[in-house]
Amino acid sequence: MRHLLLATVFALSSIVSAQAADPIKVGFISTFSGLGGSLGQELLDGFNLGLESTGGQFGGRKVEVVQGDDQAKPDVGRQLADKMVESDHAQIITGVVFSNVMLALAKPSLDAGAFVISANAGLSQYAGKQCNPHYFTVSFQNDTPAEVMGAYLASKGVKKMYIVAPNYPAGKDSLAGFKRGFKGEIVGEVYTTFGQLDYAAELAQIRAAKPDGLYFFLPGGMGINFVKQYAQAGLKADIPLYGPSFSLDQTVLPAMGDAALGAFASNFWSESFQNPTSVKFVMDFEAKYHRIPSPYAAQSYDTARLLDAALKTIGGKIEDKKAFQKALETVKFDTVRGKFRFNTNHYPIQDYYLTEITKNDKGQIVMALRGQMATNSVDTFAEQCQMPSAE
Amino acid sequence: MTLPLLIEQTLNGIQLGVMLFLMSAGLTLVFGIMNLINLAHGSLYMLGAFVAASVASLTGYFVVGAIVAVIVTAAAGALLEVALLRRFYRRTHLDQVLVTFGLILVFNEGARQIWGGVPLRFSLPAGLDGSVHLWSGLDYPAFRLVILGVGLVVGLLLYAVIMRTRIGMWVRAGASNRTMAAAMGVNVEMIFIGVFAAGAALAGLAGLMAGPILAVQVGMGEPVLILCLVVTVIGGIGSINGALVAALAIGLIDTFGRVLLSPALGSMAIFVAMAAILAWRPKGLFPVHG
Repeated sequence: MRHLLLATVFALSSIVSAQAADPIKVGFISTFSGLGGSLGQELLDGFNLGLESTGGQFGGRKVEVVQGDDQAKPDVGRQLADKMVESDHAQIITGVVFSNVMLALAKPSLDAGAFVISANAGLSQYAGKQCNPHYFTVSFQNDTPAEVMGAYLASKGVKKMYIVAPNYPAGKDSLAGFKRGFKGEIVGEVYTTFGQLDYAAELAQIRAAKPDGLYFFLPGGMGINFVKQYAQAGLKADIPLYGPSFSLDQTVLPAMGDAALGAFASNFWSESFQNPTSVKFVMDFEAKYHRIPSPYAAQSYDTARLLDAALKTIGGKIEDKKAFQKALETVKFDTVRGKFRFNTNHYPIQDYYLTEITKNDKGQIVMALRGQMATNSVDTFAEQCQMPSAE
Repeated sequence: MTLPLLIEQTLNGIQLGVMLFLMSAGLTLVFGIMNLINLAHGSLYMLGAFVAASVASLTGYFVVGAIVAVIVTAAAGALLEVALLRRFYRRTHLDQVLVTFGLILVFNEGARQIWGGVPLRFSLPAGLDGSVHLWSGLDYPAFRLVILGVGLVVGLLLYAVIMRTRIGMWVRAGASNRTMAAAMGVNVEMIFIGVFAAGAALAGLAGLMAGPILAVQVGMGEPVLILCLVVTVIGGIGSINGALVAALAIGLIDTFGRVLLSPALGSMAIFVAMAAILAWRPKGLFPVHG
């Protein structure tokens, strides 16, 4: 009898300890191939570095990361999410680069019971009416960097702006955001073909329109082409160039080279931030990957550390979804941005800074801080969100 | 539209057309002579840009990078022909599309392994990175003028070689009737290797000239390849004259379409033009095979 009891105790304790030792499963769906392929790697490198800084654990539990390449295609992303949530039992889905992919996979993942933590895509849909208790965005809302830049330029007395973006949803969001912030005159608004290579025709039109400044949102290779051709056309000297950080960050600056010097960006983080967390992050990242991190990597580093901090407060019990939601909503952690908190719609409230593209003393092209543009900036969609409480 | 702006946009259109011609020349000759659809032609363009960028930044001389890039892409083209693609001349087009599409994946992944996923830096030589004053109110980027010049010279040279020399005659003979040309004693095998290497070198040349204007990154060849297929089809498969005329037309239509039409229509302009031309002349502007 005693043996049986002992055996039962052992058996039970092994079940209990097995549960405590069960790793937390993270589905990291991102774009690793094609033209946006370097962005997925940037996010993953940042995430892995963040995970390393927490000892490979979230809230004291081991973390298992399952990777998937969405190829920037919404249907592929959705299939991956279905597989990860249903057969791999991922409790968290993160890593998505592109908004259209996120839009396709967020709902099925949430419906299947996973938390979706966006490390990049800043959908307006989930910031407003569709806001969801288990959907959090650690990066930014798509419209905000443009809106902040528009308001800043208007406040500096800039009168005439020319604005350019690719003809796809995020491009339209970005220019809509800019126009919401900028009160002056828009002398030209151009939507280029997505993936366009040559901008000579557009540049000639810009020269003829003689604006005071040019705002552009052209992610990845499109931005590299545009900025190089802008400088070669001799426009840089007459018409200053403004953009959101992700059109002028370390994923594109090395390829743009001197052509980007003198351009301005609106940032919530840049490699020039001097708070201790940021300095350590940049140092560790350069030591491990031999390049300067971009805001993509910083957001993703923050995502991993935020998850750890939130899970620490509830003893790693991610299975208690209400407690996990509450922990995320009120989380405090050492962020590379200096300060960070979630708004009621689970999007960040954060400061924005103006940076100028310059050469540092090592000859690298970097974003140097030039002052603050906005304090505790919130997105315009938050007021449409009625978030169900965790209680 | 003012006159200087009109001239500038015309120059832009011609310059884009010249670039497309350099790319399409090889594509259309290989298609016309060997009856081979080579989707990997865009990969040779990418290879040209990558090699030129690395060699130029290593040595500090743009010209050295350019020469090495042309030699490397020509060699790569010849190697592809000898080692793999000559086995596919008599296979169906579907087989050719499959194998050359596979080559695109191999080239892209290979480039990612060697050069990494982050776009490369490729600066212009000093002196060419500014713009030139052509007219009152008309400044034009110096490097684009160089592209225009090089493209026109190479185009004329190519035309002269193909239309006025014995080698060119063999190539044309091969394009119109391969079997008959071989029967008349033309060394078709050497012609094939030569055409492939020359086409690859031209793609490499286009790539290295595009490098300082465009992002040098993995997958840069595919968007250009699509435009070149349009040029090839409009010009008439295998026809150098056709490729030249069609490339210039596409360059001008694309440039003015983007400026004058709404974004949705502007990006469709070249495809609408293609449909219209093919409805009028189903075999293209200058058909080679009767």
